[in-house]
Amino acid sequence: MLELKVLGDHSETEVPQGGCSSGSCGSTDDQLSHLSESVRQRVFNHPCYSEQAHHHFARMHVAVAPACNIQCNYCNRKYDCANESRPGVVSELLTPKQAVKKTMAVAANIPQMTVLGIAGPGDPLANPNKTFSTFRMLTEQAPDIKLCVSTNGLALPDYADELTKHNIDHVTITINCVDPEIGAKIYPWVFWNNKRVRGVEGAKILIDRQQEGLEKLVERDILVKVNSVMLPGINDKHLAEVSRVVKSKGAFLHNVMPLIAEPEHGTYFGLMEQRGPTPKELQELQDECSGDMNMMRHCRQCRADAVGLLGEDRGAEFTMEKIEAMEIDYEAAMVKRKKVHDAINAELAKATTQSQSVNADHAIPAETRPVLMAIASQGGGLVNQHFGHAKEFLVYEASPEGVRFISHRKTDLYCTGGDTCGDGDSLLGGIIKALEGCEAVLCSKIGYEPWETLESAGIMPNGEHAMEKIEDAVWAVYVEMYQNGKLTDNQTQMTA
Amino acid sequence: MALKIVDRCVNCHACQMVCPTGSIRKGKNDAHFLINQDTCTECVGSYDEPQCSSICPIECAIEFSDGSPVNPFGSLTGLPLDKAPLV
Ligand code: SF4
Ligand code: SF4
Ligand code: SF4
Repeated sequence: MLELKVLGDHSETEVPQGGCSSGSCGSTDDQLSHLSESVRQRVFNHPCYSEQAHHHFARMHVAVAPACNIQCNYCNRKYDCANESRPGVVSELLTPKQAVKKTMAVAANIPQMTVLGIAGPGDPLANPNKTFSTFRMLTEQAPDIKLCVSTNGLALPDYADELTKHNIDHVTITINCVDPEIGAKIYPWVFWNNKRVRGVEGAKILIDRQQEGLEKLVERDILVKVNSVMLPGINDKHLAEVSRVVKSKGAFLHNVMPLIAEPEHGTYFGLMEQRGPTPKELQELQDECSGDMNMMRHCRQCRADAVGLLGEDRGAEFTMEKIEAMEIDYEAAMVKRKKVHDAINAELAKATTQSQSVNADHAIPAETRPVLMAIASQGGGLVNQHFGHAKEFLVYEASPEGVRFISHRKTDLYCTGGDTCGDGDSLLGGIIKALEGCEAVLCSKIGYEPWETLESAGIMPNGEHAMEKIEDAVWAVYVEMYQNGKLTDNQTQMTA
Repeated sequence: MALKIVDRCVNCHACQMVCPTGSIRKGKNDAHFLINQDTCTECVGSYDEPQCSSICPIECAIEFSDGSPVNPFGSLTGLPLDKAPLV
């Protein structure tokens, strides 16, 4: 019943296969390959689960559920729920009817939109009427849209059955800890059984409910993704344990996200100057946990009300005012959507086959050290963005085993324009900080000034692979570095 | 006997969902939420604690009838006083 063939009758062969032994197909390999075929079919076109799909399919979120039943120290209710989205951007609160209209308007105009999520501000399950009436209407009126929901888990066990009744096949639970002592440092209180319950006692209730909810969803064959916010000094040492526990209970992905806290957000952690992890710390934790469980590395902590494909936000085209004026023929839209989806699937299948052969003809000795590279990309899996226009970089690792996707690094997160970015040109300083550990940056073009600055920071700019597929370009640069003897010195990984 | 919502309220709807007497509504235009002074019972007879102020996440957003905050500054977040936002 949950096996939704949203994209119609794609055959087995059209599904990108995760098992590329070469390791060259980026995220597909390290995130999806361990999944069973049925799970893979359910997530391969979900932009939040597959980096490849992220380049071709789009998701959107609507804010219909403002209330919350707990307090997280990284949240200030004036902003979006940090569980799923970047704080600091206020979403437009919609009624369920408005949310349905908006979703269908976007789906008709952006056929690549495959997934609708209800996220912050607030907890969807603390607002069950609004959340489920939105889902009910969409399941009826727009059956080709997948639905997803993220929750703090407190109310989850009560709604496990209701969740099976809609086009929902993934639920995200934010689980930051399984130890109430740690929990008390993250959650000051929960509202439970008509009382505000504080401290360790409150955290224990939340943790128990999260685990119970996770178990119930797995029993009902709903895919569960677990998100954790990495809080250095609080739960960073504990998240490997969280990963182990949620995996043993059947969660299919564990996604570690960095804390984003600034004093101006007004959150407890922001005001108390709790720091977030550096890109390197985050990656180390993700690596540590991935021995345990496949991680989702490309989560961008999307803005809760963002609309559109990777890196773009077309929200301004879909304000309530404009939507009210639109006439939507959803029957016709569904036909068009199916055509677009089929074409993308074919494209994805082709791309997967091609990237499998990337490193077949190059013999790089197995002991050669791996190299991290940053890519400026506007999407489509290509090196196709001007360095100066990139707000985020995709980080890939090249090694003798091939090329794999590692993470995203947002530049605006590391540059606040203030003294945190170091001296001189603060924007560029912020980018260099964000690219810590990378030895090359691939883009379509780059100006002379940033070129020099990057070079002197030990990051080699490269504009020679414009419009090439990312995996191919990264591999070519890696081979070149090898041939120039840059990988044979006994210098291990650069950490500059 | 009634509680009162003041303008530190961020319109999160939480209190409205838990009020046993249906006394809470959204203010007109973009104003904050309001408690009907005639029907609010302070939850006496329904619950041990007033429900609205037990779920409200914002310190000093809900007041007793004498004007003192039900959740004073620092009582929900644990923030020290010198971090108090300017009221
Ligand atoms: S669950 Fe979401 S809305 Fe609720 S306090 Fe936590 S981050 Fe904020
Ligand atoms: S005190 Fe109780 S009755 Fe009064 S507004 Fe709050 S929840 Fe409603
Ligand atoms: S719970 Fe508090 S902040 Fe939220 S609407 Fe009610 S009074 Fe306002």
